[in-house]
Amino acid sequence: MNNSITHRSVVIKSLFGVVVMFMFAIFVLPPLYDLFCEITGIGGKTGDVYTATEITVDTSREVEVQFIATNNATMPWDFYPVEHKVMVHPGESKEIVFYARNRTGADMVGQAIPNVLPNNAADYFLKTECFCFNNQPLAAGEEADLAVVFIIDPDLPASVNTVTLSYTIFDITDRVPMQVSQVQ
Amino acid sequence: MAHGPSENFFSRWLFSTNHKDIGTLYLWFSFAMFLLGGAFAMVIRAELFQPGMQLIKPEFFNQMTTMHGLVMVFGAIMPAFVGLANWMIPMMIGAPDMALPRMNNLSFWILPFAFAILVSTLFMEGGGPNFGWTFYAPLSTTYAPDTVNYFIFGVHIMGASSIMGSINIIATVMNMRAPGMTYMKMPLFVWTWVITAFLLVAVMPVLAGAVTMMLMDINFGTSFFDAAGGGDPVLFQHVFWFFGHPEVYIIILPAFGVVSQIIPTFSRKPLFGYSSMVYATASIAFLSFIVWAHHMFTVGMPIAGELYFMYATMLIAVPTGVKVFNWVTTMYKGALTFETPMLFSIAFVILFTFGGFTGMMLSIAAADTQYHDTYFVVAHFHYVMVAGAVFSGTAAVYYWLPKWCGRMYDETMGKLQFWIAFIAFNITFMPQHFLGLAGMPRRYSDYGLQFADWNMVSSIGAFMYGGAQLLFLYNVIRTIGWGKPIDDPQVWEGAEGLEWTLPTPAPFHTFSTPPIVK
Repeated sequence: MNNSITHRSVVIKSLFGVVVMFMFAIFVLPPLYDLFCEITGIGGKTGDVYTATEITVDTSREVEVQFIATNNATMPWDFYPVEHKVMVHPGESKEIVFYARNRTGADMVGQAIPNVLPNNAADYFLKTECFCFNNQPLAAGEEADLAVVFIIDPDLPASVNTVTLSYTIFDITDRVPMQVSQVQ
Repeated sequence: MAHGPSENFFSRWLFSTNHKDIGTLYLWFSFAMFLLGGAFAMVIRAELFQPGMQLIKPEFFNQMTTMHGLVMVFGAIMPAFVGLANWMIPMMIGAPDMALPRMNNLSFWILPFAFAILVSTLFMEGGGPNFGWTFYAPLSTTYAPDTVNYFIFGVHIMGASSIMGSINIIATVMNMRAPGMTYMKMPLFVWTWVITAFLLVAVMPVLAGAVTMMLMDINFGTSFFDAAGGGDPVLFQHVFWFFGHPEVYIIILPAFGVVSQIIPTFSRKPLFGYSSMVYATASIAFLSFIVWAHHMFTVGMPIAGELYFMYATMLIAVPTGVKVFNWVTTMYKGALTFETPMLFSIAFVILFTFGGFTGMMLSIAAADTQYHDTYFVVAHFHYVMVAGAVFSGTAAVYYWLPKWCGRMYDETMGKLQFWIAFIAFNITFMPQHFLGLAGMPRRYSDYGLQFADWNMVSSIGAFMYGGAQLLFLYNVIRTIGWGKPIDDPQVWEGAEGLEWTLPTPAPFHTFSTPPIVK
């Protein structure tokens, strides 16, 4: 029948639209969202490993960098910054340390997720070394000093005088069981 | 006619491919879900009747608010309008049936299973979904009860059903219009449904994508919404509302269509500004895709984003205002009579406009910081969902029921139901504006003593409103069984359109030969 042929065309086009929108939701929206956050700096996400180059240190300016540590949900570790704030000149490389101790009787793996406030400072907070780039396996009762080496980009907007770096530590033991066995 | 419905009850309803039978199934199913979702609402209002914990545990209260929202949106309102579309669209455009009758049967019969899966979680260990109908991650992922997988599967099935239903409607309207029935001659109910069907095809897959990502996060170790793995919970809100905002227009556009059929009939005048109604509907549908983040003003957006979403949202008031003025102008200087469908339609126009105004208040990003997640929001969306979608659905049933079954409903009882529903609705939801402005948050099983009086008033109204629905059920059953038989094809004096040229009650098969539309 002629009718069924015309219906077939409508149905195929509609189903095509359905599949496209489903793919759009799963494979396009999340990367698009990350890209948007990266461009605008909202979400406070910092970049990946920064390879240090020659930057002139701007000694005329001093920025206060504050550190915050938070445990997500039921994460039982002790986790805090050894120094709560430092003063740095933009362009100067600085190392600070976070202390972590697994005070449970079980081997665990933690993952720290960084966030920088204010939003417009996120792109100027450069980390040459950070424990947040890897997950952190700690055996039962083990403690560790976790280092971050960072540089504040001299292009940091003039309106920003204080930058806050916060880490939330998550318990990801269930996701990476192999890592725990490596500890032992 | 060649043949009628199957004599056997089971083969008639289980295997039916007739658009009228499937429409009837959809309508009864949605009414059953409406009563179930209403029962959940009664539990909520009974618990909130007084401060303190009276009847149920907070965990169960959370399941009730979640299930009330899910069942009402996906089980009651959406299937009700799909049922109306099944019944009316072929009769309105002069088609013998829907384009794809077997798919029609499938799209209905998977729905009861979807809701059986969803509701069965209430009886399982850990209880049903308790994360609100918007199921924000990580509440619905990391912290969800184990039954969340049933919820995800249920949503997938509902989505499949809606997608099949809307493809069917698109195919019917595009291919099966009677000769001479151009697009700009189609009744407005058909127009609003076509546009709704396109919205459904566009956004139901996004909902399916959102729940699929949840499924992956929960069971397969991905981190779409999990910050521990580099994901972002705020992404969930963006994906959800990219579906969710068009969804609210999916609910309300067919309601606009119903009211645009009823008001001209009882004003005995053609609809004022037909083409502007079509364009306004299309504009609303387009705008619905670019305003989603106004549900998320408090997540921490850049000021530019807040301003954009605020102004874009306010823009929706323009086409909506066109519609409201058109309805009012249709009534202006008309020979009005106030039968039950007309009463519900006029109440729709008034109360929907009221809900639109509170929507404008909520669209102001600066003010929304205070209103966000309070009872003011609850009051706002019940004015548009209940007084909007439910009132117009009720109006549609009273308007077309005589045509469907060839019997007249009891006008006195209909009017009685209207007045109880109208008054009770306002007693229920008007005070919730005050509660919200005073700072009472939504989705809590208890509240501060200062909110006690208005909560009691609201609960009393809710019980009255629930009672009015039982009256509705009784009136419909009484009409079908024992109503006064009528055989006037016209039914209503001022009614126009192809469906009123058919005999009353509408025969099992109609328009086997297409009518000629001039």
